[in-house]
Amino acid sequence: MTVLFGVLLLTLLVITAVAIVRTKNLFVAVMLLGIFSLLIAANFFLLDAADVALTEAAVGAGISTVLFLGALALTSEFEHAATPHRWLSLAVVTGAALVVLYATFDKPEFGDPNAPVHQHVAPWYLQKTPEYIDIPNVVTAVLGSYRGYDTLGEVFVVFTAGIGVLFLLSARRGPAGRRRPDQAHDPAIGLRSHVIPLVVSRLLAPFILLFGLYVQFHGEYGPGGGFQAGALIAAAFILYALIEGEERTLRVLPQGALNALMVGGALLYGGVGVVGMLEGAEFLNYSVLAANPVKGQQLGIILIEAGVGMTVTGVLLSIFHAFAARDRA
Amino acid sequence: MKIALDILSWVLLTAGGVFVLVGGIGALRMPNLYTRMHAASVTDTMGAILVIAGVMIQAGFTLVTIKLAAILLFLLITSPTASYALGNAAMLAGIKPDAGSAADPEKAP
Repeated sequence: MTVLFGVLLLTLLVITAVAIVRTKNLFVAVMLLGIFSLLIAANFFLLDAADVALTEAAVGAGISTVLFLGALALTSEFEHAATPHRWLSLAVVTGAALVVLYATFDKPEFGDPNAPVHQHVAPWYLQKTPEYIDIPNVVTAVLGSYRGYDTLGEVFVVFTAGIGVLFLLSARRGPAGRRRPDQAHDPAIGLRSHVIPLVVSRLLAPFILLFGLYVQFHGEYGPGGGFQAGALIAAAFILYALIEGEERTLRVLPQGALNALMVGGALLYGGVGVVGMLEGAEFLNYSVLAANPVKGQQLGIILIEAGVGMTVTGVLLSIFHAFAARDRA
Repeated sequence: MKIALDILSWVLLTAGGVFVLVGGIGALRMPNLYTRMHAASVTDTMGAILVIAGVMIQAGFTLVTIKLAAILLFLLITSPTASYALGNAAMLAGIKPDAGSAADPEKAP
């Protein structure tokens, strides 16, 4: 049954991918990308990867759709005419596809318990997590503690992306202010004159924030963690910005606060590692953070997850504001 | 008792599936945007209510049922809002809600 659903979802995925490539209307392409992310999230969930599915649904289908739309507002809705080297690109893509297809022949069967991925370090993680870290969600233990360096790298990738977008998009902003003055009181900004979205968004935004915090602090027990929570909290603020207008959102959470979140999260993560070094252990070894090594691991994971959540929230909202504040070229 | 609950749940799930199917067919077959939105709204309301009710019966009196109820409430609040936003955006984009008209410009032969 799982295989049947998986094949169905993957078929739909291929159809969506072809449709994304075929369409000339970039707005349609963005909507299809959202569907693509939802389909792949459903597929992850089918494979029992709830943490990845949650991330994909929140970031892929939610936030990146909004960011793409923000980018589209600055550019044209339609794709430019095709480039002249179509045969060359087709040959490259076909060659790469054939190589990938050839590589799949060596892959183990679906669900094979003897597959290398189930033989390497995974059994050790599953056996030793109750002893060393004692949290139910092994994914969080792997992500936060065993592979803490990788996650630190991911946080810095997100951080660098945020810095890069801020550099590129705020380059031509005038010294007088973020917006042209005549735009500041334009009723067309935001949807404040529309009562239904206004009421519903005010009703829902606190619950989205609450759910984001739940996902943040429940990551040790169920699917969730800093990346998902950061995306959800950012989504609540983006909803607020879409309805109430960007100016009011920046009054609630100014750019300075966003910068502080962005930098503070990365610093918190790195700082936890440095504290571990000062206590005489390796970088990002949390065992020495508390008297009991298991408690130290749990404390370390909570702290670095908080850092991840802060950085992701700050970066996503900064990118959103950077797109939204820019006048149409 | 167990069999009765199973039958009830499957009846609800199947009925929900039928409404989703009808909504999908309507969204494909209806002539213009507003009638298509109208058809698609069947999936949001009857489809969602029936399917989630069927799954709730399967789950019994557990935490899962409360979560499903929360999801249903959330859906019943958000999907009409999304429909409103879509209809409003279509209106602002200049698509006339003319019931007699044949089709959208892009769909016209």
